[in-house]
Amino acid sequence: MKSLILIIVGTALIHNVVLNQFLGICSFLGVSQQMKASASLGGAVIFVITIASAVASLLYNYVLAPLGMDYMKTIVFILVIAALVQIVEMFLKKNSPAIYKALGIYLPLITTNCAVLGVALTNVQNGYGFWESVLAGFGTAVGFTLAIILLAGIRSRIREEDLPAPLRGAPIVLISAALMSIAFMGFAGLSF
Amino acid sequence: MNKYLERLYNGLIKENPTLILMLGMCPTLAVSTRAMNGIGMGLSTTAVLILSNLVISLLRKVIPDQVRLPSYIVIVASLVTVTELLIEAYLPSVYDALGIYIPLIVVNCIILGRAEAYANKHTPGLSVMDGLGMGLGFTVALTLAGLLREFLGNGSAFGYRVLPESVEPIGIFVQPPGAFLVIAFFIIIMNAIGIKTRQKKLVSVDGCDGCCAACATPCEKAEEGGAQK
Repeated sequence: MKSLILIIVGTALIHNVVLNQFLGICSFLGVSQQMKASASLGGAVIFVITIASAVASLLYNYVLAPLGMDYMKTIVFILVIAALVQIVEMFLKKNSPAIYKALGIYLPLITTNCAVLGVALTNVQNGYGFWESVLAGFGTAVGFTLAIILLAGIRSRIREEDLPAPLRGAPIVLISAALMSIAFMGFAGLSF
Repeated sequence: MNKYLERLYNGLIKENPTLILMLGMCPTLAVSTRAMNGIGMGLSTTAVLILSNLVISLLRKVIPDQVRLPSYIVIVASLVTVTELLIEAYLPSVYDALGIYIPLIVVNCIILGRAEAYANKHTPGLSVMDGLGMGLGFTVALTLAGLLREFLGNGSAFGYRVLPESVEPIGIFVQPPGAFLVIAFFIIIMNAIGIKTRQKKLVSVDGCDGCCAACATPCEKAEEGGAQK
């Protein structure tokens, strides 16, 4: 039990996927313009990464590893993730239009979000079993959502400020991200 | 200038994938802790990029338009796996330093971006040169970022101590926050001397994040979604 909680805290805060591992930077910088969009993307990411880690873990532990084909993992994972996103999208469209409308456009973007593939590969590297993988995926996605929502909040304040011209646009966002990253380094002191 | 050399110039300077187009930020931020890591990552990506451009250019009349993105992903993923196994076998120190970022070359926007924007419309010769130019542009940018971070954060360059021992390096630059800061400095300097980057795309288009070529959804769909808000 304790180790499972540690996995969630570790993936969400200590090794935050964006601020510490640098995965999913594209959407972190690209979508953090508005709070609402960030929250929707976060929701979609939690959904997809959790399912993707579960499926990737099952596939690796019960298909690829027994057959001795673990060198195929990159190809298999990326295809599974792409297919999964399509299936999730179709399923939501048919069965729960409300969620689909909220997450809709962000779902396909997630296919190329390196965080999804990154989590699946990290789980394999750490030798996680099924539940550990699911929790690690969930924790990572929560960490992503936390970071992107915080950045969206900061950016809504920055927009009102009178910045020197060369700092406008990407640089100030990157500097904000750097400061967030410094703050998150404080979590490294969390020990159980 | 002949058109093959023009591709090299284009990739290295005019449309430098990292500094001007702002693609492939994840590996740029992640592996630039040391100049050598930058070179290792840059050259691995270059190898994959040249081969994927070549293969995709050769198959450009064979692959049906509707399934081109999945086909490109399979081609790129296969090439990345081959590269990963080769690095693991022959350059174990590079493999240990880059770790998970080698398989993640698959989702590097630069590779699918060049396939979509260049290789599927041009001859194999030109596509190879385009891959080489873009790859070297990426390598140069990564090495520069790595060199700066290593110098500031560790007082060394390519593993050799250059600052006297009495000077305490600024450790934060080899930690994760340093990556964001160094890239921010690069962009600030380029803004200040008036080099136009395509960073607008990076920060303003909602939903579409500058990885358009790589995202399976056409941009109209994202714009439509944006308009609904």
